[in-house]
Amino acid sequence: MEKSTYYNPADLSKFGNISEWQPELGRKFFEYYAEVFKEGALTEREKSLIALAVAHAVQCPYCIDAYTSDSLQKGADEAQMMEAVHVAAAIKGGAALVHGVQMMNKAKELSM
Amino acid sequence: MKSLHAQHHPLADSGYQLTVLTQADVEGAQLLPFAARLRETGLLPLRPTGIRVMQINVGKMCNQTCRHCHVDAGPDRTEIMTRATMQLCLDALVQTDIQVVDLTGGAPEMNPDFRWFVEQISALGRQIIVRCNLTIIVANPKYYDLPQFFARHGVQVVSSLPHFSALRTDAQRGEGVFAKSIKALRLLNEAGYGAEGSGLSLDLVYNPSGAFLPGSQAALERDFKQRLLREHGIVFNNLLTITNLPISRFLDYLLESGNYASYMEKLVLAYNPAAAANVMCRSTLSIGWDGQLYDCDFNQQLDLPVEERAPQHIRDFNLAALNNRAIVVNQHCYGCTAGAGSSCGGATT
Ligand code: SF4
Ligand code: SF4
Repeated sequence: MEKSTYYNPADLSKFGNISEWQPELGRKFFEYYAEVFKEGALTEREKSLIALAVAHAVQCPYCIDAYTSDSLQKGADEAQMMEAVHVAAAIKGGAALVHGVQMMNKAKELSM
Repeated sequence: MKSLHAQHHPLADSGYQLTVLTQADVEGAQLLPFAARLRETGLLPLRPTGIRVMQINVGKMCNQTCRHCHVDAGPDRTEIMTRATMQLCLDALVQTDIQVVDLTGGAPEMNPDFRWFVEQISALGRQIIVRCNLTIIVANPKYYDLPQFFARHGVQVVSSLPHFSALRTDAQRGEGVFAKSIKALRLLNEAGYGAEGSGLSLDLVYNPSGAFLPGSQAALERDFKQRLLREHGIVFNNLLTITNLPISRFLDYLLESGNYASYMEKLVLAYNPAAAANVMCRSTLSIGWDGQLYDCDFNQQLDLPVEERAPQHIRDFNLAALNNRAIVVNQHCYGCTAGAGSSCGGATT
């Protein structure tokens, strides 16, 4: 039986198809994308690990697959990859918690 | 771990490996025959550009049984080159101006005539490369002085170290291999290997520890140099990135882990015409433990000897005839032409 979920791993390799309905913007996006991931002030491996962390933060299964294998290919090891995920978790957790200050402000405003 | 050979595994049969490799359709993916791809690139038949390296496999015996081993080497393998066959190699060598002799195995140092062979080649004034797996140096007291022996003969040491982390290295090459490799690298450094100006060259070989391609050789070399120096005080010259070819124990891993189809697809999609023009078989002759001639060590392990019209055994060596041969190719060759290319000397482009 077909597994029915919103995500299909095979769609990852069809990413390029997004250009079909808007070639000009698609081309610009992919050109930009390729340029972003080239070695610059950061190494390709560092960029791949950042992408892996962001993939977890935005919870994109396609990007998690793609940047797990890309990080391995760029020579990252398990410890580096898991630390990248913790960075994402710390920022996501921190972002939720820092809003606690807003909650406290509001609660104080409303309370006697 | 036992070799596939000792396990009586179906993949120990090279004919069966070729059957797996030449299936036209793998899980729905159409894999274009490698020869057809070469034809498109104008490279069929693939011909030597002139033999510059004689690569001699002195036996399948090894102290390790790495999971990616394309030789299916291990302690249980007994195939070993005799001194008589080594003499035939030397006789062939003197007839030519081939400058580089590349000794591989198994662990070449386990061949009882290994040191004699190195001394003879050295006396002929040729450059010697030894593919050393590192752990052999610390495996047994009789090997402890290998670094000094290598240094005396100006041997270029090329050693596998799949990763600068113990976890990834041990997963590919066996528990504890990383720690032993580091110890051996220290001994090589102490003998002058890798030090600037020593003239003693120590190159490391990186193979991906899984079903993915190697990343940029230059970037990985920077990481390896930084990490090995910082964490272990080790220096080396070059890092050579090598793609795992889908044969023997790595093929077994790919099939077992369900990665075979996607790995083949990855290799085929990454076909690089510039890498194809530079494959190492164009400049290398490979000699098996029994003196049989092959286009490369991979063809050797698949029992695909040089084409029929060329001399088949080192005793019939004829450089002109061998330089005129057509190289035998098959689907595993996609491993040499993917991305930046892969050879015993690392990336080819
Ligand atoms: S990869 Fe090298 S060290 Fe490992 S088993 Fe094969 S020959 Fe031995
Ligand atoms: S596998 Fe051997 S014959 Fe095939 S391309 Fe590579 S070196 Fe040449």
